[in-house]
Amino acid sequence: MNIVVCIKQVPDTTEIKIDPVKNTLIRTGVPSIMNPFDKNALETGLSLKDRYGGKVTVISMGPPQAKAVLREALSMGADEAYLVTDRAFGGSDTYATSYILSQAIKKLGDFDVILGGKQAIDGDTGQTAPSIAEHLGAARLTYILDLEADGDKVIARRQVEEGIEVIEARFPILCTATKESNKPRYATIKRKIASLKAEIPEITLADLPDADVSKMGLKGSPTKVKATFTPKRTACGVTIEGNTPGEIANALIGKLADGKIL
Amino acid sequence: MSLLYTEEQKELLALVREMAENEIKPYVKEADEKGECPRELFKWGFDMGLHMLEIPEEYGGTGLSYETTAMIFEELAKVDAGYAITFVTTFVALRNVILAGTKEQGQYFADKIRPGSFAGFALTEPNAGSDPAAMRSTAVLDGDEYILNGTKTFITNGALSDVFVGFFKTTPAAGHKGISAFIIDADAPGVTVGAHENKMGLRLSNTTDLIFENVRVKASAMVGPEGSGFKLALNALNLSRAFVATLAVGIMQRALDESVKYAKERKQFGTPIIKFQMVQALLADMAIKVEASRCLVNNTMRMMDQGIMVQKEGSICKTFVSDCAQEVTSNAVQIFGGYGYSKEYPVEKLMRDCKVFQIFEGANQIQRMTIANVLDKEYR
Amino acid sequence: MSFEAWKDVWVFVECFKDQPKSVGLELLGQGRKLAEGLKQDLCAVVIGKDTKDAVKAAGEYGADKIYVVEGAEYEDYSADAYGNVFLKLCEKYQPNTILVGATVNGRDLGSKIAVSLRTGLTADCTALSVDEETGNVVWERPAFGGNLYAQILCSETRPQMGTCRPGAFKKPEKNPDNKPVVIREEISTPAQEIRTKVIDFIKACEDNDLRLDEAEIIVSGGRGMKSAENFSVLKELADALCGTVGCSRAAVDAGWMPQSKQVGQTGATVTPKIYFACGISGAVQHVAGMSESGTIIAINKDETAPIFEVADYCIVGDLFEVVPALVKELKARQQG
Repeated sequence: MNIVVCIKQVPDTTEIKIDPVKNTLIRTGVPSIMNPFDKNALETGLSLKDRYGGKVTVISMGPPQAKAVLREALSMGADEAYLVTDRAFGGSDTYATSYILSQAIKKLGDFDVILGGKQAIDGDTGQTAPSIAEHLGAARLTYILDLEADGDKVIARRQVEEGIEVIEARFPILCTATKESNKPRYATIKRKIASLKAEIPEITLADLPDADVSKMGLKGSPTKVKATFTPKRTACGVTIEGNTPGEIANALIGKLADGKIL
Repeated sequence: MSLLYTEEQKELLALVREMAENEIKPYVKEADEKGECPRELFKWGFDMGLHMLEIPEEYGGTGLSYETTAMIFEELAKVDAGYAITFVTTFVALRNVILAGTKEQGQYFADKIRPGSFAGFALTEPNAGSDPAAMRSTAVLDGDEYILNGTKTFITNGALSDVFVGFFKTTPAAGHKGISAFIIDADAPGVTVGAHENKMGLRLSNTTDLIFENVRVKASAMVGPEGSGFKLALNALNLSRAFVATLAVGIMQRALDESVKYAKERKQFGTPIIKFQMVQALLADMAIKVEASRCLVNNTMRMMDQGIMVQKEGSICKTFVSDCAQEVTSNAVQIFGGYGYSKEYPVEKLMRDCKVFQIFEGANQIQRMTIANVLDKEYR
Repeated sequence: MSFEAWKDVWVFVECFKDQPKSVGLELLGQGRKLAEGLKQDLCAVVIGKDTKDAVKAAGEYGADKIYVVEGAEYEDYSADAYGNVFLKLCEKYQPNTILVGATVNGRDLGSKIAVSLRTGLTADCTALSVDEETGNVVWERPAFGGNLYAQILCSETRPQMGTCRPGAFKKPEKNPDNKPVVIREEISTPAQEIRTKVIDFIKACEDNDLRLDEAEIIVSGGRGMKSAENFSVLKELADALCGTVGCSRAAVDAGWMPQSKQVGQTGATVTPKIYFACGISGAVQHVAGMSESGTIIAINKDETAPIFEVADYCIVGDLFEVVPALVKELKARQQG
């Protein structure tokens, strides 16, 4: 089975702080990590390889420091890794990003399964991976818990709000993974050492001669950011106090009852 | 932490730390109470390759240096030294077969361990601890097989192992020169695992008796020439000695980490106790001993990596570090005060865990004799 | 850019087993706002096997026009079938704006339409408005785990698209007298074009639990809960109030609660009448999922916890003492 996983390096948004004056992110000191849902997607891919044989390729579109997450993917068991990088790709929204990634995937060959995480914890759009399906003409299976291959068919369990759908589809497929999909494996020491020494080839614009440049970068992005701001806090915080938990409870419920909230 | 770690070492330590904190640490307290480590927990270590880190690649190992392997095991011991020693005992046993045995024997042993199995070292007996030559287990030649009989005690990984290196007297009259080493499959008929030792500390480590009753092994299972068993055992101890020292460093570091954290939070007389000079003195002495121990372990490992048979150095390392660990963990309990004495807090376990480091791998008293004997020979 | 030919605000009224989901109806309220700003009509799009309930609801919640496409192939959602319908409808009617609920299927469908039409889609919007001069919708959404909000424009292409989370907006007032124009379109999607097929469905097991997006009262726990068992303390309070239990990401990461109960940026967005945050620090990602709640009550030992900045009622105390006291007080009042 030929598997490709799209991963993204993101700041650990649990650690992020905002500069309230400039309305920008304070990036220094925030660790960069592999997007957690992409890690789930990678685990799905590695598990498919364990069961059905084949190869797992990982790609990431990003600046040179994104090679760190590609190395991490190799240390977990991915076979090949590529960094998709070029100044021309900068400023891409989800449409342009998914287009660029799909062109890079086309260049690398034919894939049975394309995987990605359900959303990136910085952009939070959840659009990029599914959009790749459209560009490549793959059947899309989003929010997939697990997959089983059955000849040229695949049976997947999909998490929807109301329960779990069991879906049948044909290759090639694009799947997005969630936290519930699996528990990503740790690297092995052997692979970790090898990944630190690995050469990560780059795919630049020059490597994609057949691609439509008008679909890339800022110019290729149908959506544009008008403004950004930090969220306002407007609480009318009333502190409820009391000498005993009973007094506190009485005070709170009293207030809620008075305000006809309860 | 005073060592100058390479980028690679830092990455490996971060990886092991993440696994140990997330997957092992949450279960340690309960396992310590029960006196048993759940088997599933070992899978994390096996998957990562911790059972064969310093074993050469040709045997399926990772081929790491002793130096780096020791760093990794210090990290693991911070979470639990008993968990760590399960893996240490295994690869030390394998390493000894590789050093003293034939290629086939090394391959056989490695093939048993690689998929995810443990090994043990069956040397000690009820009447033969510091004096291994007093062992009563026998190996009698019968055709092309040896028949093994005897009882071994305090065997780490006794109930967990798939394979052992066992020591038996082929020539009882010859004292220590009559001991030979054998590779024994744990499922060989006649091998019985005895009761599990209910220990003071290191309770995640499995320790049992082993009974050998007319166990038959092929003559080709003998490791090294006949009568070379004692020398093999001593060489084995040379290697494992420094290794257990790295585990003691891990225990000490954990004790120091917990103590400093506590001392900063705990207030008496309106002040965090870390501001009191006597507490400061305790913490400082703890830090001094941890740093000195770590550097000593690291240097001993580098000598081992150079192929030096570290008889004196290993003894010095093990003796110094295990004595330090006693003091450091006892003082950790002291800093926690009454809470330190309670099982709700993590330090009393550390104190219980480290006592055995002054006893096994050659009691510290024997170590001192060894060191003195070497000094005697060194100076003409 | 002049988009004279592109008219009307469309809202996808998503259904499950032929019943309209709340989110499509919530979006009709927002859609009305945008339609007024653009001085255009509000239209609902209903696709399914048996659409009558959805059509009725779309009318009651304010649609001026309803485009209906029926067929056996639309019984279950599939990107290929629903995408095909939308593309054909868009070709014919050229909508100005499309709103889709950010459900699992909505996000799926949204991205398919946007890429096929090579237009912009802004995901997970929390606020919408119209720039009347340009006719651009201003799509406002959170990013970086809720640490930053961005305003996005789709100024060069039409239709301009956005998805919005269920529960981000309240349903508009029902108007049973509304008489929408119902336009039935015959659009079929051949079976060989539908590459995914639902062959089975397993209902979610937590049948007895109220869904987070439906509960009026949510009692949530975070890191301060310390164990899975301790959530029973919160369940008592939730039961006493006929509400449901939720949690923060910390509780899910620790394995105490399933992800389906998580409130926050990577979990559910909720707007209950009352939200209790117990032992929850109030990290931005969590707040992003519940900040629009009616009344927020925070209980935390740490007086510096950020949750107190968003709470309406602040209790600095041990939740294991306060919550049982609340249950006791409630039971006493209910009896007395």
